[in-house]
Amino acid sequence: MPKVTYIQPDGVETTLDARDGDSVMETAVKNGVRGIVAECGGACACATCHVFVDDAFAATVGEPGDLEDDMLDGAASDRQPTSRLSCQIKMNADLDGLVVRIAPEQV
Amino acid sequence: MTDVLIVGAGQAGMQIAVSLRDNGFDGRIELVGEEPHGPYQRPPLSKAFLHGAADIESLELRSPSFYVDNKIVMVSDEKVITIDLSGERGLAVTDTGREIHFDRLALATGSTPRRLPIEGVDLDGVLYLRGIADAVDLKNRWEAAASVVVIGGGFIGLEVAAGARMDGKQVTVLEAADRLIARAVSPETSEFYRAAHERRGTSVRLDAKISRIVGDGSKVTGVELEGGEVVPADIVMVGIGVIARGELAEQLGLETVNGAIVVNEFAETSNPRVIAAGDAVLLPHPLGGEAQVRLESVQNAVDQAKTAAKTLSGVREPYRAVPWFWSDQGDLKLQIAGLSTGYDQTVVRGTPDDESFSVLYYRAGRLIAIDSVNAVSDYMAVRKALGSGSTIPAELAHNLETPLKTLVVE
Repeated sequence: MPKVTYIQPDGVETTLDARDGDSVMETAVKNGVRGIVAECGGACACATCHVFVDDAFAATVGEPGDLEDDMLDGAASDRQPTSRLSCQIKMNADLDGLVVRIAPEQV
Repeated sequence: MTDVLIVGAGQAGMQIAVSLRDNGFDGRIELVGEEPHGPYQRPPLSKAFLHGAADIESLELRSPSFYVDNKIVMVSDEKVITIDLSGERGLAVTDTGREIHFDRLALATGSTPRRLPIEGVDLDGVLYLRGIADAVDLKNRWEAAASVVVIGGGFIGLEVAAGARMDGKQVTVLEAADRLIARAVSPETSEFYRAAHERRGTSVRLDAKISRIVGDGSKVTGVELEGGEVVPADIVMVGIGVIARGELAEQLGLETVNGAIVVNEFAETSNPRVIAAGDAVLLPHPLGGEAQVRLESVQNAVDQAKTAAKTLSGVREPYRAVPWFWSDQGDLKLQIAGLSTGYDQTVVRGTPDDESFSVLYYRAGRLIAIDSVNAVSDYMAVRKALGSGSTIPAELAHNLETPLKTLVVE
């Protein structure tokens, strides 16, 4: 199972095994990682699962889609070059070892 | 040590438990739900789940091990029948005869679909949609059904109608009122949805007067309108709203209105030993003012549950939040922020016929809410503005050349 590491705004790290095909958001929420709120459950409707993708993985993860792009523009924490909504990143073998920093403000 | 019993294991009940632990609460937490599943997401049941894009495991709000790790006693498939608060400690009894002793009680009992009081509702194929069991039933009948009649042009009904139409079924929506989603959106948004569903081949019948549901033997075959016309149906989906589940609250003598449990801004019921959150409650408007509202949404379940958990933890912080909501109907993404109740002016931004537009709602010149259809930037700008108590001048809001977020003023 691919591993994903979450870094809290205060620096605390959590590494989890993701189910292939589960999103970075789902993996966090089901295991109780703080800071990923994800109220809409992954419908790309709330922008409360905002993460900054580590530079090393930015190209593999890719750019946000149009809808996600607009959501990120209005996210509670200002967006950064590698900002993504973690509900839109599906885990797979290529993303094994992925590192994301959780945006400090979600709502 | 304080022991908390949470009755109802939906989004709100689960969030109360999770937030209690987040707040450092170290007493016993028991979460009891009558469904045979742990807490799960309901919104996909009328969308992704129906089309196979989500399975039951993917709907889980937390993994089973999360409850164990956080010392939350999660009990499924058991229903609390009676509660007694007369003693020093409370006592609940479930349908298995089990007794649960507790100090503080949280009611997150949710809501149940309003039943249609007409002839024929017991026919096989007349369905409601609230829980996983309902969704599985609907899904099992889905493929074989050529025609679907949806009774009730609200969010649930329109989401199911959109999905059925995408899957090539003959779809008719019967709405008793003179417009769709009348309780939640403006006439402009209602009219857009009528036209958009019609453009996709769904027949939308407003002012529909249903006389009965008809069948062949025990199986549904159609819906008969006043005047005798029968709209054929292999499935009849009834989505005419929900009723708050206030039975236990009433048993305890708590203040209720039409079954909804009345709470204050701290999520306390009329008995301060009992807090309540989610679909089942009637609460003060979360952006202030005198009005009391019922909010049937994930956002409210989550945010109000957090307030309730704070109250239980001894932190008194009033509930303040921008209500928001979404409804995905096929490729139409509706996002609502704020509550439009009591508006006296609307501004339409964009052209509804382009299927990307917003309706901004104003009261006494101040922005109070927005409906956005495929217009995410507008929605996000307004959600943020309402959260900071800001507004957007009505006379400028229609101009598509200017992003709404640049128009936000105090």
